Amino acid sequence: MILEIKNISKSFGGVHAISNTTFAVKKKQIYGIIGPNGAGKTTMFNIITGNYKPTNGEVFLDGTNITNLKNYKIVHCGIARTFQSIRLFKTMTVLENLMIGMDHDIKYTYLESIFRLPRFNKEEQKSHQFATEILKNLSLLEFKDQLATSLSYGNQRRVEIARALATQPKILLLDEPAAGMNHSETAQLATLLQKIRDDYDITILLIEHDMKFVNHLCDKVLVLDYGKAIFEGHISDAIKNKDVISAYLGDKKYA
Amino acid sequence: MQKPSKNTIIYTTLAIIFLIIAQSFFDDYTVRILNNIAIFIILATSYNLINGITGQFSLEPNGFVAIGAYVTALVLLTPEMKMDSFQLEDPHPIIMAINLSLIPALLLSGVIAAGVALMLAYPVFRVRGDYLAIVTLGFGFIIKVIAINSPAWTNGAIGLNDIPSLINLYWTGGIAIITVIILLNIIYSKYGRAMKAVRDDEDAAAAIGVNTMKIKTYAFGTSAFFEGVGGGLLAILLTTISPDLFQFFLTFQLLIIIVLGGLGSMTGAIIGTFLVIGGSEWLRFLDANINLFGFDFGAHPGLRMVVFSIILIIVMLFAREGLMGKKELSDIFKRKVK
Amino acid sequence: MDILNFIQQVVNGISVGSMYALIAIGYTMVYGVLRLINFAHGEIMMVGAFAAFMAMGVWGLPLFIAIIIAISFAILTGVLTDKIAYKPLRSAPRISLLITAIGVSFFLQNTINVFVGGTARSFPVAPFFDKVITINSIVFTPTLIIVPVITLSLLAILLFVLHKTKYGMAIRALAFDIKTVSLMGVNSNQIISLVFVIGSSLAAVGGIFWALSYPILTPYIGIMIGLKAFAAAVLGGIGSVSGALIGGFILGFAEVMFVAFYPEAGGYRDAIAFIFLILVLLVKPTGIMGINFEKSRF
Repeated sequence: MILEIKNISKSFGGVHAISNTTFAVKKKQIYGIIGPNGAGKTTMFNIITGNYKPTNGEVFLDGTNITNLKNYKIVHCGIARTFQSIRLFKTMTVLENLMIGMDHDIKYTYLESIFRLPRFNKEEQKSHQFATEILKNLSLLEFKDQLATSLSYGNQRRVEIARALATQPKILLLDEPAAGMNHSETAQLATLLQKIRDDYDITILLIEHDMKFVNHLCDKVLVLDYGKAIFEGHISDAIKNKDVISAYLGDKKYA
Repeated sequence: MQKPSKNTIIYTTLAIIFLIIAQSFFDDYTVRILNNIAIFIILATSYNLINGITGQFSLEPNGFVAIGAYVTALVLLTPEMKMDSFQLEDPHPIIMAINLSLIPALLLSGVIAAGVALMLAYPVFRVRGDYLAIVTLGFGFIIKVIAINSPAWTNGAIGLNDIPSLINLYWTGGIAIITVIILLNIIYSKYGRAMKAVRDDEDAAAAIGVNTMKIKTYAFGTSAFFEGVGGGLLAILLTTISPDLFQFFLTFQLLIIIVLGGLGSMTGAIIGTFLVIGGSEWLRFLDANINLFGFDFGAHPGLRMVVFSIILIIVMLFAREGLMGKKELSDIFKRKVK
Repeated sequence: MDILNFIQQVVNGISVGSMYALIAIGYTMVYGVLRLINFAHGEIMMVGAFAAFMAMGVWGLPLFIAIIIAISFAILTGVLTDKIAYKPLRSAPRISLLITAIGVSFFLQNTINVFVGGTARSFPVAPFFDKVITINSIVFTPTLIIVPVITLSLLAILLFVLHKTKYGMAIRALAFDIKTVSLMGVNSNQIISLVFVIGSSLAAVGGIFWALSYPILTPYIGIMIGLKAFAAAVLGGIGSVSGALIGGFILGFAEVMFVAFYPEAGGYRDAIAFIFLILVLLVKPTGIMGINFEKSRF
């Protein structure tokens, strides 16, 4: 198990966003978290990535307890994420956005950069190469020197994934990666995610509303409803599950 | 990737040639203004690092300039001069013991200012940048309170006189050039990238692995260092300093400079310095007696500052990007080549 | 220090604290709805104090009318500041708003300076306010009593408005989520104006109290008093009106007691607010009332 979530609860001023949820993700799995709006999916992501501290429970990455680490340290441990609404750095080029993701991996000190000591050039070149490689793999190379926010919506989403990959993660957390995409874009994304999983030997945890996408891609899903896990298993079984059906029927959007 | 580029070498050489010509041939008044401009370039570009590049609104310069000016003045004065000029209390033994030459004095100014900055940065950046402005604004006042109330260290409200006038354009201009090069080296490194990331979206930066508190502290400490050095140069330019000299107006001038030039552009900060310091000399007539169409409107001291604040507000409301936006000179040339 | 002297200091502390509280409310409410440290707020207080000074000292109007004039000028300054300088920047980066606020603050100081001159003016305090009443060798002036009484009444009214009226609830809702309020069909710009009206009028009252207690006016008094009131607001928990009151009183007491116990260090009085500010940030950044504005960033 690469990621273990044990008895996580989170409440905001008395409102329970997540209560006592436990699940685990295997290495190289593509694992989906689904559920109606407001079920606590993004909150779960925020807890795993250290942006929220859980009221109760623990998060383990590769057996190490990472519950109380600061968010940027969790990234260094190997969990990277994308955002539901795109959060690229707007004054920077695509390449620079990726190099922010590599910040921790570029090893020269402040003084070395001030005096342009030899390690500065070596490390910059190395990271430049690595970032370029990722861009090539995600067929974004042609946009390398453009402002990230000037790209099309679909490409911006891909840059977000590329930036997360640049942190060299063990697990990639994607918050609604297919949101706002049309059918062919969604299909492309699914292929891309599988390729990423294989090329980078990576585990993927994703939140998604598009059931076709989840069905096609995910090895296993967790269904959240009102902050509680009501199902964990294969998507084909989830659709038949009584609790899952009633949770979705309760939410008009999916009725 | 970034070896000293051809452009850097060309600009630096041009700047040095200009300094030599100016120091040798220009009259005293012009040289004094150029000295002032060089010092303000140091202050404005370093202030731009925290405000423009890192996007953390700070109002610190007058406090750190004061620290720098006092440190340089105190270590440059000989023990005998200190005994003479300290009228309220005898100088503290530490003050008596230290006597340095200019370069170590300026470095010490910078280091002490940066040290104080780190102490302020910890409580502020532990939270978020929100309170930085008010903490630094308050800090400027506290420095004044301390300077007035610690006569054994600062000679109180009287201040320090007869600071050796070691000023010349080679010092001020040379240090300004070095400052700009160092700041550009920071900006075009992973640290500068992280600073810009913090400016663009602090939460996202932290969420993809940037230690934002550390980055903000680096930027703030670096700004403070150069403001300390600039303060030291100001002390040897003025040769007399007192607690009243480092009012908030100093910070306000620098703010206008970087806003006018374009927050986040070092080129902009340099252009802004020439415009504001030059313009400030020109606008002096506003504070004198105003006589329009035969009517005597009397003298209105402070009118110049009203004009400055209106300029600031107008730029913020209608031309938020300033003259240069976030671009540098090199970016503009690059675009033309393409 | 004997007990009578101590009681005397308590009385003084309550009075000073009341003024900080009145001014702190403006900071805390504007921060609540705009997430802006309104640097111009201290100057709004100064404008109020100067308007009262002009009304009484120059035009010879009675105090009651002077108060109305002062409040009107302060409201006008506050609301115009918002409409002209802040409103166009609602969706701009926060740093632009802060820079504009500092610009407005500097503009107001120096405009008043151009009109009335930078020399200190003495505020015409009616003899009634300085009449000394001595009870058991504790010295009272009517000012010392009137200031806290009016302050507490105004705060009671404000808390009532905030919790029991439609507009008050809209202000509180706006402080937590601008989006929801827009969905609720409340015009957020109207509510923001209302906040400036409330904050500015309380600041004007604070300014008049200040002038009655320390009758020396310069165009620059707003900076220091504003800074201290802001520190009081942070201490109490920025965003909370009762927090502003608590913070104001604590700061007022601390200053008065510090000077009473360490008269030789009196020059450092102005540093206390700053030390409080740093300590709060170190220990509990959300202040005593603990309002957390940093939820839901993603």
